[in-house]
Amino acid sequence: MTDKAPAHEDAHAAHHAHSHGHEASHGSLKSYTTGFILSVILTAIPFWLVMGDVFDNKAVTGALVMIFGVIQIVVHMIYFLHMNTKSEGGWTAMALIFTIVIVVIALSGSLWVMHHLNANMMVMSPEMMKNMP
Amino acid sequence: MSASKTETAENPQFYLEEDHHPENSTNLGFWLYLMSDCLIFAILFATYAVVGRNYAAGPSPADLFDLPLVALNTAMLLFSSITYGFAMLQMERGAKAETLFWLGVTGVFGLAFLGIELYEFSHLLHEGAGPQRSAFLSAFFTLVGTHGLHVTFGIIWLVTLMVQVSKHGLIPENRRRLMCLSMFWHFLDVIWIGVFSVVYLMGVLG
Repeated sequence: MTDKAPAHEDAHAAHHAHSHGHEASHGSLKSYTTGFILSVILTAIPFWLVMGDVFDNKAVTGALVMIFGVIQIVVHMIYFLHMNTKSEGGWTAMALIFTIVIVVIALSGSLWVMHHLNANMMVMSPEMMKNMP
Repeated sequence: MSASKTETAENPQFYLEEDHHPENSTNLGFWLYLMSDCLIFAILFATYAVVGRNYAAGPSPADLFDLPLVALNTAMLLFSSITYGFAMLQMERGAKAETLFWLGVTGVFGLAFLGIELYEFSHLLHEGAGPQRSAFLSAFFTLVGTHGLHVTFGIIWLVTLMVQVSKHGLIPENRRRLMCLSMFWHFLDVIWIGVFSVVYLMGVLG
């Protein structure tokens, strides 16, 4: 009994190392099916919210659409792209985090700067307006 | 003397490391490529978010977009994602014919997606809502067109790999290539989630 447990663990570790040697990560039928079903649900809900005019308040619908979109992206990352913090010694996760930081800066920065563009421009007199190119 | 000693000590270690993780480095490198592609799409999304409401007195998303068609398109891409997953599962089993079958099904769904998108584009152009009509439509065609172009190249890659697999079988090289295309294909589906949420659903919402 005491002999068996470490042997089993060794075999498990060997299998683990083996599977990681060939491909960095791969899923099972169960993980792909789970991801697919979750994606269908997470796609159907925002389409239903918009096409069925479920809420009168557009801000609420818009926020829900974005939240469901983000959740679905996470689902795809986990179940289809098999993201985890351990593959490639954590470097894929590191690259992903770096990219997310850049994307957030680019998106929010662009929107913020362009949204306040009018406020940040020099005040124009009608005289200047007339001579504008 | 000590310099030559360290040199000889370092060389074998260098070769050993090179030999050890050849496939892992491909996966990581391809992942880095996907992340850089992600930045391209982030910039196109940012452009769309900034100018997406400048209609130049032209049509707005609510006038143009046909949501049932977009839902059908989304379903095509989602189906192609799960069938590619099935192809990968068959590849791990070493079943060549089944792998080719599921890759073929994935290609058909990908072509259906492209066909619907091209139909939508031609419909828009026919209505006079081409990319030159307004800033909104320029940004729309650039963003959605870039995604469609990625899907097109993905399908070309898929057909190439189907030929490779049928010629040489599921050799390690082909497994590695199929793994890279798998990441590429699922990545395009992730981008499409952003496209249908931000462009189509938020656009029709107004």
